[in-house]
Amino acid sequence: MKKDIILAGVGGQGILSIATIIGYAAIESGLKLKQAEVHGMSQRGGDVQSHLRISDSNVFSDLIPHGAADIIISVEPMEALRYKPYLSENGWFITNSVPFVNIPNYPAIENVISDIQNCKNNIVFDANQIAKDLGSSRSMNMVILGAASLFLDIAYEKLEEGIKFIFGRKGEKIVETNLNALAAGRKFAEENS
Amino acid sequence: MKKLLLLGDEAIAQGALDAGLSGAYGYPGTPSTEIVEYIQRNPEAIEKNIHRTWSANEKTALEAALGMSYAGKRTIVTMKHVGLNVAADSYMNSALTGANGGVIVAVADDPSMHSSQNEQDSRFYSKFALLPAFEPSDQQEAYNMCFEAFTLSEKYNLPIMMRLTTRLAHSRAGVARKKVLAENEMSFPQNRDQFMLLPSFSRKKYQKLLDTQPELVKESENSKYNEYFDGNDKSCGVIACGLAYNYLMENISDKDDFPILKIGQYPLPRKQIEKIMAECDEVLVLEEGMPLVEEMLKGYIPTGTKIKGRLDGTISRAGELNPKTVRKALGLPEIPSEEIPTSVVGRPPALCDGCPHIDTYNAINEITKKCGKGHVFSDIGCYTLGYLPPYNAIDTCVDMGASITMAIGAADAGLFPSIATIGDSTFGHSGITGLLDAVDKKANIVVVIMDNDTTAMTGMQDSQVNGRIEKICLGIGVDEKHIRVVTPLAKNHAENVKIFQEEVDYNGVSVIIPRRDCIHLFKKRR
Ligand SMILES: Cc1ncc(C[n+]2csc(CCOP(=O)(O)OP(=O)(O)O)c2C)c(N)n1
Ligand code: SF4
Repeated sequence: MKKDIILAGVGGQGILSIATIIGYAAIESGLKLKQAEVHGMSQRGGDVQSHLRISDSNVFSDLIPHGAADIIISVEPMEALRYKPYLSENGWFITNSVPFVNIPNYPAIENVISDIQNCKNNIVFDANQIAKDLGSSRSMNMVILGAASLFLDIAYEKLEEGIKFIFGRKGEKIVETNLNALAAGRKFAEENS
Repeated sequence: MKKLLLLGDEAIAQGALDAGLSGAYGYPGTPSTEIVEYIQRNPEAIEKNIHRTWSANEKTALEAALGMSYAGKRTIVTMKHVGLNVAADSYMNSALTGANGGVIVAVADDPSMHSSQNEQDSRFYSKFALLPAFEPSDQQEAYNMCFEAFTLSEKYNLPIMMRLTTRLAHSRAGVARKKVLAENEMSFPQNRDQFMLLPSFSRKKYQKLLDTQPELVKESENSKYNEYFDGNDKSCGVIACGLAYNYLMENISDKDDFPILKIGQYPLPRKQIEKIMAECDEVLVLEEGMPLVEEMLKGYIPTGTKIKGRLDGTISRAGELNPKTVRKALGLPEIPSEEIPTSVVGRPPALCDGCPHIDTYNAINEITKKCGKGHVFSDIGCYTLGYLPPYNAIDTCVDMGASITMAIGAADAGLFPSIATIGDSTFGHSGITGLLDAVDKKANIVVVIMDNDTTAMTGMQDSQVNGRIEKICLGIGVDEKHIRVVTPLAKNHAENVKIFQEEVDYNGVSVIIPRRDCIHLFKKRR
């Protein structure tokens, strides 16, 4: 088993929580893992990425080679496309369709979405709306993770445990909201892939 | 024991803690910051009361670490690559005094300048100082090396450098811990003159350091971190240093059968280097940063074995390595990949909405509207982003502290007005001595100390000058009437512009302190 995953988004959108949960689930499943994060300057509203490599054998490079990623998981559509050079021929885009506009020259969103839809395997959807319908806009990142869970080859329960692990401190209610978001994202992917 | 999922930085910290650390010192700087931060929140470190505070700058940090070593205890000092420039005086001299308790100097380099003003390779400093260095290839090695570095440091009485680079510092993997060692007892150096660098002692110490070099080479030759993997295909061998080894392994397959020398400990292991040079027609050198090993092998006038690397263009001279560049250097076919679609545009970092620096720059821009651009010397921190549109407010950023001192020089050259903008943490790091110069020379400058009550750029560490900036300025000799505190808020704009104008008009050293919490700190405190 080997999964190379790029996580993408804008600073503050919660991709590092996604990384931590997948990382926790992978370790709990007895897999090997490397997860490279980008810190520093890029967090002032700039783009943020993380390379997550999971395998049952040794993982060498902390960075995923170009053309090798199995999945790009993104909480923002243009940020998903930014990492297209990393995607392998049969790789999947799993991304939010709602743009995060904090720059004056953000491209026409139709073009961004159609660029993603022109790729072989993709799930592009409004995760903000799903999160909002559940009464918690902030758990949009867990909706995206839920959709991606279908492609991770990691037991779904392990991801749930990961959520309990990282949100546990914040109380029962927050854990439950995030678990619901995870389930809703997964359901969407099951019905649309 | 269960493995811990740790960043490279955290593995360094855990390794030092488990090896009997008594104190950690440092000044924040990406990608090194998480070493001290990990120790600061580690429950075992808190329980043992391991010393773990930030210092004013890297030089004060390294000197404090030397003091702890003098007293016999094990200590680590951390910084980013440019921090070692600041601490270079202490580092170079520590090679002569050596250590009593073990000393680790952990330096994180940032090739490709993800969050830095330049790229440097700290291995050059360790070679310059004639001090040993470790360069881990993964998180477990980072832990193990750090754990063992104290023993090596105490065996030779020398500080040991741990060199790491961004990708390892900020990448997580599972790390297994070793059995925790007790802290050293306090003890004086064996010789009273160990830390006494009067010339007559220094000459002897320098000779001793030179005489130790062959022993250090032997240590490297016998080190498990310098591993030779034999191979039958001698057409091209590969030397891979630190992290570069991973990119090599990522690309080779079972069919490949060439000799590989993995380097993790310096000075270079002479025996293994001689072997690979003798048995291979060509040698490819893979190293993160600058071509240190490659230059050493090539010498000034190249002879014999062909050396490939960053100097002959096999690998780009600048920037970090990655699996793709290493693949190309190995002569392997490129993995097909697509281009970034043209609809994607850059998303550069920017000052946050509501950032206090914005209001300060709005006021400064009213001044420069009249005198024109080119009058504002700035420094390093979040506020450096004020160079970019829509602010276009500042004109320089060179190294920490350079705003005040460059403003002095430009004023000396006749520039008026000459304005410096500097953050509170940067002021504490190396602005205070510049301000002393300004007062002493009666320079006609305006120094704007942008006090957001934190070191925001690197993630909200406390800053040593907080709560005492006015007193410092007064103590240095700035006239009390020309130390002005303002609150950078849109509603105060007109009043603040007036104050800025008054201080520009004053012929002498003025200090303006725009004071308002970084917006993230404000949210956290609320
Ligand atoms: C010698 C050196 N050490 C550390 C750094 C990393 N660094 C860049 S800016 C900064 C601190 C900025 O804090 P402050 O001056 O208070 O400005 P703020 O970011 O809070 O606006 C640090 C530690 C550096 N660039 N150079
Ligand atoms: S982190 Fe704080 S100081 Fe930095 S840009 Fe944002 S608000 Fe300003």
